[in-house]
Amino acid sequence: MAVETLIDKFVQLHEADLTNLPAYSSKDFASDQDVRWCPGCGDYTILKQVQNAMPELGIAKKDIVFISGIGCSSRFPYYMDTFGMHSIHGRAPAIATGLKTSRPDLTVWIITGDGDSLSIGANHFTQLLRRNVNVNLLLFNNEIYGLTKGQYSPASPKGLVTKSTPYGSIDNPFNPLALSLGADGSFVARAMDRDPKHLKEMILRSHKHKGTSMLEIYQNCIVFNDGAFELFTDKKTRPQEAIYLEHGQPMVFGKENDKGVRLNGLVPEVVELGDSFSKDDIWVHDEQDATKAHLLSRFFEHPPNGEGVQFPRPFGVLYAVDRPCYDEGVVEQVQHAKDTQGEADLDALLRGGETWQVK
Amino acid sequence: MSTQDQVREDVTIRFAGDSGDGMQLTGSLFTNTTALLGNDLRTLPEFPAEIRAPQGTVPGVSSFQLQFGSRQILTPGDECDALVVMNSAALKANLSLLKKGGTIIANTAGFDKKNLNLAKYPEGVNPLEDGSLDKYEVIEIDVTKLVKEALADMNLPYKDQERSKNMFVLGMLYWMYNRPMDSTIDFLNQKFGKKPEIAEANIKVLKAGYYYGETAEIFNSRVTVKQADLEPGTYRNITGNEALVLGLVAAARKSNLPLFLGTYPITPASDVLHGLAKHKKFGITTFQAEDEIAACASAIGASFGGSIGVTSSSGPGIALKGEAIGLAVMLELPLVVLNIQRAGPSTGMPTKTEQADLMQAVYGRNGESPLLVVAPKSPADCFEMAFEAVRISLEHMTPVIFLSDGYIANGSEPWKFPNSEDLKDIKVEFEGPRHSEEDGAFMPYKRDARLVRKWAIPGTQGIEHRVGGLEKEDVTGNVSYDPDNHQKMTDIRRDKRDLVAQNIPEQDIDQGNESGDILVLGWGGTYGAIRTVVHQLRKEGMDISHAHLRYINPFPKNMESLLKSFKKIIVPEINDGQLVRLIRSEFLIPAVPINKVKGRPFGVSELKQEILQLVEKQPA
Ligand SMILES: Cc1ncc(C[n+]2csc(CCOP(=O)(O)OP(=O)(O)O)c2C)c(N)n1
Ligand code: SF4
Repeated sequence: MAVETLIDKFVQLHEADLTNLPAYSSKDFASDQDVRWCPGCGDYTILKQVQNAMPELGIAKKDIVFISGIGCSSRFPYYMDTFGMHSIHGRAPAIATGLKTSRPDLTVWIITGDGDSLSIGANHFTQLLRRNVNVNLLLFNNEIYGLTKGQYSPASPKGLVTKSTPYGSIDNPFNPLALSLGADGSFVARAMDRDPKHLKEMILRSHKHKGTSMLEIYQNCIVFNDGAFELFTDKKTRPQEAIYLEHGQPMVFGKENDKGVRLNGLVPEVVELGDSFSKDDIWVHDEQDATKAHLLSRFFEHPPNGEGVQFPRPFGVLYAVDRPCYDEGVVEQVQHAKDTQGEADLDALLRGGETWQVK
Repeated sequence: MSTQDQVREDVTIRFAGDSGDGMQLTGSLFTNTTALLGNDLRTLPEFPAEIRAPQGTVPGVSSFQLQFGSRQILTPGDECDALVVMNSAALKANLSLLKKGGTIIANTAGFDKKNLNLAKYPEGVNPLEDGSLDKYEVIEIDVTKLVKEALADMNLPYKDQERSKNMFVLGMLYWMYNRPMDSTIDFLNQKFGKKPEIAEANIKVLKAGYYYGETAEIFNSRVTVKQADLEPGTYRNITGNEALVLGLVAAARKSNLPLFLGTYPITPASDVLHGLAKHKKFGITTFQAEDEIAACASAIGASFGGSIGVTSSSGPGIALKGEAIGLAVMLELPLVVLNIQRAGPSTGMPTKTEQADLMQAVYGRNGESPLLVVAPKSPADCFEMAFEAVRISLEHMTPVIFLSDGYIANGSEPWKFPNSEDLKDIKVEFEGPRHSEEDGAFMPYKRDARLVRKWAIPGTQGIEHRVGGLEKEDVTGNVSYDPDNHQKMTDIRRDKRDLVAQNIPEQDIDQGNESGDILVLGWGGTYGAIRTVVHQLRKEGMDISHAHLRYINPFPKNMESLLKSFKKIIVPEINDGQLVRLIRSEFLIPAVPINKVKGRPFGVSELKQEILQLVEKQPA
C-alpha cells in the first residue's frame, strides 16, 4: 500500500478548491487586529498593497501563509486574515522552508526586515535563495533597526550616526540585491513604499514567479531613519535618481527621458540622449541576463557628491529565470521512492535483514 | 598442545586496531553472527574523534567491545577475556581493559620497529618479547604474512590484500568461539557484489583464519557459549540509532502523518539522518539544513503544516536550537527534539558518551518554558521511546525532548521486534473547517480538559489565524502583555506539561521490592550496569531495588510515593549529578549521587564498589 497521509488529502482538496473561489476584496485580507506601527511608517502602504494584491492571486485564503521573523515589519502577519506565524529573529526563511517543503500546496510569503534578513538571518536568507524554495520573500528595508529603537543595520550606509554608532558607522553595508544574485536567487526585484502602484505590480510578479522571489522594498522608518530613500521616493528627485526597469525596454530615465544607460562592452555608462546618442544606443533590459543583472545590482552606492558616475537606482525586476525548486525536488524524490521501491511495508522494515528465533 | 572444549556463560571480546584496520566492521560482524546464534549481547564501539588519526599511533586506535552470553547480558562487560590487537598502539591503549590471565591475540606485523616507535614504546622495548605480558596468554600471529599466503594464487594489489587482514582475525575468532561463517560470507558477497574478486579474497582470508585456528593448535581452549534463555520470539540485532529511526517511521505510520526531519550533521546523531533519509517511501522527508537553528525552525514549519516535525542533534546543536524550541513551546505545536548526548561542554569529546544534557533539556531555555523529556534505557528501547516521544508530542501539542547518548546510540542488543499491528494507533485531531458564521469564530488557544489546544493547520477552511512567539492571550491567542494573562498562561503551560503524567505509564520497579532500604534510581544508558549490580547485590542478600526512569519531565505520577517508600535513594549517573538534583528539589528527599564523567559508561564492578561504599558510609 502506498502511504496516503492526511497531507496528501489536503493537497487534493486544494486542487479542487481552485475552481470555485469566492470573489475576495482587499478587505477580506485585513484581520481584526489593530495595526500598531508608528503613524506615517512605510509599513502601512506595504500592508495595503499586499492586501490589494491578494484577491488577484486566485488562491483561497485558507491556502495562504505569512511567516515573519522579528522586527517592526515582522508584525505584519498579525494584520493579514490568512494563516500566519510571527516567529523568531531571522529564522522565517528556515520555518518557511519546512512548511513549503512539507506542504507544497500552500502559498507561502516571508515578511522580513533588513536587520532580520541581512544580520541574524543572513545565512538562512541566502540558503533560501540558493535552494530556490518556491516562496515569496518581501524584504522591508529601512536601513535601520526599528523595533530595538534605532541602531544601524547591515544595510545602513557607512557613516550613519545612530545610537549604537555615535561617531558614524564604519561597517560596509550589504547590497541586498547583489547578495541575492550572489546566492543564485532566481527572482530579484526592488520596489518602494512610496510608489504603491509599482509596488503592487511587483508583489504580483513575485507571486507569479516559481522559485524564491526576493522583493526588496524600500520602507521609510519615519522615527529612526526618516528620508533614507527620499532621493528615490520624492517626486522631484525621483526621475533623475531612479530608473524603472522593464523587460525589453531601453533603460531611459530623467525628467524629460533625456538620459539613458549605455553598455560600453561590459562597462555601463550614463549618457545624455541627443546629438551623440539616441535611444538605439541604449541598453535594453533583459531580465534573464545574469551578467547584466549583476551590473544593475551594482547601481547601488549613494550618489557620491559629484564624484564619479551617478547611476540611477534600478526599480523593478532585475532578474527572473526558471530554475528547479527545492520543494519540487523533494516531492519528486518521495514520489519516485513510492513508485519504484514497492510497498511501504512497516513489518518488513521492523524485521530488517537477519533474524533468529528463540523458542 | 591439545585444545580443550570449554562451555562458558559469557565472554567479553575487545577488537582493537588502527582506525584503518576495520575493527568496527569486524566487531559488528562478530556481533551479528553471535546474535543469530541466539546469545544475548551488548556492544561498545569506541572510535577516535579524528577520521584518520596518524596511523599506528595511540590516538588512532579504534576498538569494539562485545559481551555475549547464555545468560542475560546487560553491559558490554567491564574487562575482556580476549583482546585482539592489530598493532602495538592498540595493545598500549587497551591492555588495562584485559582480565588477568586473559588472552591477547597479537598481529606481530604490527609490532615491528616502526610500529613500536609510533606507539611510543621506549627504544628497544617490545612488549611481546620483554616478559611484561607473562600474566596473560599471548597468541602471536603474523597476520599480514598469513594473509599474503592465503591470497598467493590471486593477483591482488598489496593494498587490497592488506585490507582483508581483519577477516583473518575474524575467522580465527569464529573458530575460537565456535561461530559459523555463513552470515559473514553472505555479507561479503553482498557488500562487494560489484567487485567479486575482492569478495572472494575476503572470504578466502576469513576461511584461512578459521582453518588456521583449527589446524595450528595455538589455542588452549575452544569456547562454546550456548543460546541465551531469552523470551521466546523472533529477534534481530539493533543499535540505538537504528531503533530510533524505526520508532519514528512506525509512529508516522501509526498516526498516518508525514514525518519531516530537519537536521544538521553532528556526532553521534548523524546516523538518524542517514537512517531516515532512506525511508522516503514511508512519506518521510529529511532536510539537511544550513545549521541547527534552521534545522529546528524547519521542523517547526513542518509541524505548523501538519507534519510530525522532528529535529536531531547532540548537545552543542541543541544549545543552538534553544530559542526555536522555546518558540514551539509558545506555539504549542508538536515537535520532537532528539538529543544524542556526547561528553563535555562546548564540543567536548564528540565520540565519547555522557548523560550531562539533562538540565539543558529540562531547563535550558529562556523564560518559563516547560516541555517533555523522555529517555530510552537501552538501544532497543529507543524504538519504544521514539514512538512515545512522537505520540506524546502529537497528543499534547508540545515539544518533546528525547535524550539518548552515544553509548545507547552506537551500542547494540538483540531486539524482539514488534508486529506493526501490535503498535498502538496514534490519534491526532485536527481542527475542522468552518464554512459559515454559524460555526462561530475559531479560537486558536481554546483548550480541552488536558489543556491541549487543537492542531489547526493551513489549508483548513475558515480557521485562518496567526500564531507567534509573543505571549498569547488566553483562548484567542492574540498578542497580550497583560500581567495577569501572562501569569495565567505561564501556569497553563506548566499545568499542561504536568497533566501529561496522566497519559504515561506509572513508574515501575525494575527489580526488587516496592519498598525497603535502598532504591537505585537511574535513567538512560546506565540501565544495564545498574540492573546487573542490583541483581548481584540482591543475590548477596541486600535489600535493594532498582527503578529506571524513562519519562523524566514530568515525572510519572506515582514518583513521590515510590521514592518515599525507600529509606535511601541512590542515583548513579554519567554526569556530575543532574537527575539527583531534580529529584532532591522536586521531592525534597536527600537522594545521593554516584557520578562518573570519563566519557565511558559505568563498569559493573566499579558501580558495585561505589554502591557498597555508599551503603557502608551512610547505613540505610
Ligand atoms: C535573538 C534575538 N536577538 C535580538 C533581538 C532584538 N531585535 C528585535 S528586532 C531587531 C532588529 C530588527 O530590525 P529589522 O529587521 O531591520 O526590522 P524593523 O524593526 O526595522 O522592521 C532586533 C535586534 C531579538 N528579538 N531576538
Ligand atoms: S519604528 Fe520605524 S519601522 Fe518601526 S513602526 Fe515606527 S516607523 Fe515603522
